[in-house]
Amino acid sequence: MDRSIRELMNHLGLPRIIIILFFISICIMAVFLGLPTDMLTNQVLVRIGMNGVLVLAMVPAILSGTGPNFGLPLGVICGLLGTLISIEMNLTGFPGFFAAIIISIPFAVIVGWVYGLLLNKVKGSEMMIATYTGFSVVFLMSIGWIIMPFKSPEMVWPIGKGLRVTISLGERFAEVLNKLWHIDAIIPGFGELKIPTGLLVFFFILCTIVWLFLRSKSGLALKTAGDNPKFAIASGINVDNNRIIGTVLSTVLGAIGIIVYTQSYGFIQLYQAPLMVAFPAVAAILIGGASAQKAHVSHVILGVFLFQGLLTIALPVASSIMSEGNISEALRMIVQNGIILYALTKVIGGE
Amino acid sequence: MDTKYTLQMKNIHKVYFNNKVLNGVNINVKPGEIHALLGENGAGKSTLMNILFGMPVIHATGGFEGDVYINGQLVNVKSPKEAMKLGIGMVHQEFMLIPGFTITENIKLNRETTKHNLISRLLGSSLKTLDKRSMESDARRSLDTLGLEISEKAKVSGLPVGHMQFIEIAREIDKRNIKLLVFDEPTAVLTESEADNLLKSMKKLASTGIAILFITHRLDEVMDTADNITILRDGEVVATKKKEETNVSELALLMVGRKIERNVPSENRKSSEDSEDIMTLKNLRVSMPGEEVKGINLSIKKGEILGIGGLAGQGKIGIANGIMGLYPTRGEVYLKGKKLKLNDPKTMIQNGIGFVSEDRRGIGLLLDSSIQLNIVLTAMQMQNKFLHKIGPITQINNGKVKRHAIKMINNLDVRCQGPQQLTRRLSGGNQQKVCIARALTLEPDILFISEPTRGIDVGAKKLILDLLYKLNKELGMTIVMTSSELGELRSICNRIAIISEGKLEGILSPFDSDVDFGLMMAGEYHKFHKEEA
Amino acid sequence: MANVNKLKNKINNNTNFGEKIKDVVMNNIVTIIFVVLCLIGIKLSGLPIFFVANELVTRISRNSFLVLALIIPVLAGMGLNFSIVVGAMAGQIAIIAVTHWGITGLPGFLLCAVIAFPFAVLFGYLTGKLLNKTKGQEMITSMIVGYFANGVYQLVFLFLVGTIIPMKNNVLMLSSGVGIRNTIDLSGGVKETGIKYALDQILKLPIFYVLIAFSILAILYNIFKLTNRRGIVNRREKQNKSKDSFKYIVNMSMFAILLILSIVIVAGNTPLKNIQLPVVTVIVIGVLCLFNILIVKTKLGQEFRTVGQDKHIAKVAGINVDRIRVLAIVISTVLAAWGQLIFLQNIGTLNTYGSHEQIGMFSIAALLIGGASVSKATVGQAILGTALFHTLFIVSPLAGKNLFGDAQIGEFFRAFVVYGVIGVSLGLHAWKNRAELKRKLKIE
Repeated sequence: MDRSIRELMNHLGLPRIIIILFFISICIMAVFLGLPTDMLTNQVLVRIGMNGVLVLAMVPAILSGTGPNFGLPLGVICGLLGTLISIEMNLTGFPGFFAAIIISIPFAVIVGWVYGLLLNKVKGSEMMIATYTGFSVVFLMSIGWIIMPFKSPEMVWPIGKGLRVTISLGERFAEVLNKLWHIDAIIPGFGELKIPTGLLVFFFILCTIVWLFLRSKSGLALKTAGDNPKFAIASGINVDNNRIIGTVLSTVLGAIGIIVYTQSYGFIQLYQAPLMVAFPAVAAILIGGASAQKAHVSHVILGVFLFQGLLTIALPVASSIMSEGNISEALRMIVQNGIILYALTKVIGGE
Repeated sequence: MDTKYTLQMKNIHKVYFNNKVLNGVNINVKPGEIHALLGENGAGKSTLMNILFGMPVIHATGGFEGDVYINGQLVNVKSPKEAMKLGIGMVHQEFMLIPGFTITENIKLNRETTKHNLISRLLGSSLKTLDKRSMESDARRSLDTLGLEISEKAKVSGLPVGHMQFIEIAREIDKRNIKLLVFDEPTAVLTESEADNLLKSMKKLASTGIAILFITHRLDEVMDTADNITILRDGEVVATKKKEETNVSELALLMVGRKIERNVPSENRKSSEDSEDIMTLKNLRVSMPGEEVKGINLSIKKGEILGIGGLAGQGKIGIANGIMGLYPTRGEVYLKGKKLKLNDPKTMIQNGIGFVSEDRRGIGLLLDSSIQLNIVLTAMQMQNKFLHKIGPITQINNGKVKRHAIKMINNLDVRCQGPQQLTRRLSGGNQQKVCIARALTLEPDILFISEPTRGIDVGAKKLILDLLYKLNKELGMTIVMTSSELGELRSICNRIAIISEGKLEGILSPFDSDVDFGLMMAGEYHKFHKEEA
Repeated sequence: MANVNKLKNKINNNTNFGEKIKDVVMNNIVTIIFVVLCLIGIKLSGLPIFFVANELVTRISRNSFLVLALIIPVLAGMGLNFSIVVGAMAGQIAIIAVTHWGITGLPGFLLCAVIAFPFAVLFGYLTGKLLNKTKGQEMITSMIVGYFANGVYQLVFLFLVGTIIPMKNNVLMLSSGVGIRNTIDLSGGVKETGIKYALDQILKLPIFYVLIAFSILAILYNIFKLTNRRGIVNRREKQNKSKDSFKYIVNMSMFAILLILSIVIVAGNTPLKNIQLPVVTVIVIGVLCLFNILIVKTKLGQEFRTVGQDKHIAKVAGINVDRIRVLAIVISTVLAAWGQLIFLQNIGTLNTYGSHEQIGMFSIAALLIGGASVSKATVGQAILGTALFHTLFIVSPLAGKNLFGDAQIGEFFRAFVVYGVIGVSLGLHAWKNRAELKRKLKIE
């Protein structure tokens, strides 16, 4: 018994244990402080669905051996582009939402393929190069947002050039998923439970697709290429191609992820907004139990729950303890980057 | 003790994990003597040197028994640094040189001459200025001692390999107190003329009174340079000879000879010379670092067990790796007369060639995956087995996978908790069986298996060898087995090809004499027989 | 490998002069591109040369120290130290403390330097320890360390100051009595409250007069070196000596050109002659340059270089690799702390939660633009890079506006360039390493 606990502790690692304990204590505090638990639960549910797909995008990247996809902004930009085109085509509701996804996928495939080729050239330094590729593309596209010939008055500045910084989706497809099969129940002793069923179902469907893919022939080849490239080569598996497939999948999921995110958030944010989008996603999957080399769909679900739950609940707890200031931002930075640093110390090789 | 010896090692015993690797070794080296240390891989040479240099690996595994005397003083070397202080130096086989540095900087690496400046007086000696001038003159002197004409200010990166070796030596003799210099296979990477130069310099150094311990397997170099020769085999000194009292063939015999463990009655193993060729290698060249193959012509006969032997670093390992496409390869490979595309593992696997790598944990296994996945993965990817198919969509057929894995586990007697166990948790022998099971799942015509018994305990070794013999006899599978252990090759093979310096030295029958094996392994067979003729 | 090098040498010897020039261009391609970009930018922006030059002098004296702080980790093979952000935080901690105590001017500045030192040493030590655990991934680790430390820094100065850390100051702190304000004025209008211009204002001289004096001194030094040569021993040394003479003569003519140019500007009575140089700041930067150059010639510097070239060989040679690496980061962090002090005394306001954030990236981009790489960086590259980087900074908004009718495009382009240059040079480095590995495999 004692040994199995110690083994579990070793497996989890100190930072993860701290985060889990912290999460539990914050939950307990929230209850004792008399915070509206029903509202918090509802918020957590929405944020799981909102961020889940972006976290899921890490899985194929990690498994194919390119490490956590710090170049997620690339996929996100493709998703934003799809959304913008969907609005330009004057689509609303579900057609608008799905059109955004369908339009963004070919962009994401091409971008992911080129990006995969790049990552194959820089094996061993993927994370750093991915980060800076993402950063620079965000600014390149910032120029793009100014000069692209979009016409829809919802999106462009009434005077001057270019697209607005934030574009409302209120008239388009804001919350289409959240409202789908929305469950609103009043539970005595708890309060009002609102379940964004459509959003969660969409997230779980994508999780299932990824899970099924990982059990297919090509999925297993991808996992093998990432797990042990030498073994893969000796088994006749083309490692470089599989790394590209992983990168493409990750980029496509990033594109879908941001569309899901924006429909729930209700606004598109352009320009520098996608700059740091990769870090919370990376942190979430790591908190869920993944490492820079191993990841599983279950890590996504657990990680996004813990990380988003922590952030959601910490904010009201902190502000009810301390009168002002946004402590949750500082907390997010510490938790998010702390877990990434921890994962980096576990990366083997490089030398 | 006797002060006339620079180095005396007395009755050295060393045990690694209940495995005796040195058993009462004695060795004596006088000042100015060149003493050769001969032995096959695993004979205990490197362990002996690790003891001499106080390498951490020795202390981490429980130390050793016996005494080491330097100049008659009993010493207890705890670290390589102490060895350096005692005046023992090593010329490494792989160069410990920094290409971006000048020759002077390399010679003086971490032993720079320094002088005080204003700041270092205040803040400590690590801020002392380097005394370039004195460093350069020191380096010059060492280079002059070796008769090397190159400028001490030149960068190492542009130098030929031969010179690099000399800079290593210059570094050692630059240490003023150097008494004993160990050369670890110094000529392995040199051309013939470079090697000649090196041997000359060794003699020159010895004439200044430095004792030299010369580790090698090149018998002609030994006969040319050494004064005395100690031969190690299986951790024991089998002989210490004066050069004048011995010859190449005796040394070869002493190095290799051992009682042959024969698993199988000899009458069952006929020569396979007359069988038809299943695979032919023409001028095969493989650039595998450390195991380079430099042009091999070889026929593999149908239904035989072909052994590939030779010393480490000679290229035997490179052959199978090259054919499988794991390292850049040139030349021609024919399978049943059909020319195969090289550098493409897929072609090889799909043509019925199986491979069990010498690097079990690195290439052979997915350590964090289950036994069953390890067994079926290659067959699934290459032959579309073990899959459910619904149109273009595929899913792993776990039921089929499990049934097959259990069958294999039973057939090969893999000791495990079940097909779901991670291969990391298995013992070396059982891991090897999983690797073999994976190769067998492909139902290959030819099985390449490298170092099948490395790192496996004695009982499991026999099981693996029996298994290979059974596969060959019962299924008629052609097996090409590469091994550093001559004994195990001789126990089950029909023919044994010996590789030396990246080339085929010759093919022997397992029943040929120990002398022939020894000469071939040392690459002396042809030279020797030519002289005889 | 050596064989290849030998071959390469042969090839190099055989190549003609034209290819040598091509080599030089290819090796400095980044710098050359940026020189061209800057020239185009200056032209497009239409800014008066006086404005650009004046701004540039200010910015070079403000930022070079931080860029120079990056050099030692590069020498020790740890790549570009993104975690100088942590050093900058140490500097800001000192500034907040000193401003709180009300010590201003030069004494305040010196006290800042003293207080920042132990913090920077501690932070550098911790960062160094962490980087030793993540060998091979130093750069991403140091970048994330910066983000992580930023979180801790915010936690401390937004929530712990005034609660756990006792402090009372109406000017510096938020009205609630918890947390430091967003911006801290270091000059403070009528009454001096901070360390603004503490260093810059000690001595200011017109830059071209300083240049004239400096060139004359330099020429004299070179003449002295040229004539005062010791006896020549042998042929080889003689060759070296003649090479040295050549170097001195080239140096001399360069300074002569600089001298003439300065005299022309001063005599021509252009507005340029009014540009002021903060002499003491420049001397401090000069001392750091000298430090970076001199440390290479010491035992410690040799150890940095050895570790940087090959960790394994360094270890075999008896060097304590981990200790040397920690030391490199500690030095870099301390220098960054001081660099941030110089930066802020010139800016005059401390943006408590923002001043440090971009420091690492901007300094690294500057260094790379100067022609440095992940494995090689010199003092000259740092200064040149700072000049080019800031020229681009000054001109790009206006250039963007004049070209596209939108200043934002210029700014985005600038940011794209900053990130892009880092990405590209990291990529090239990784790619070259892999190509090297592959080539090693191919040799037969």
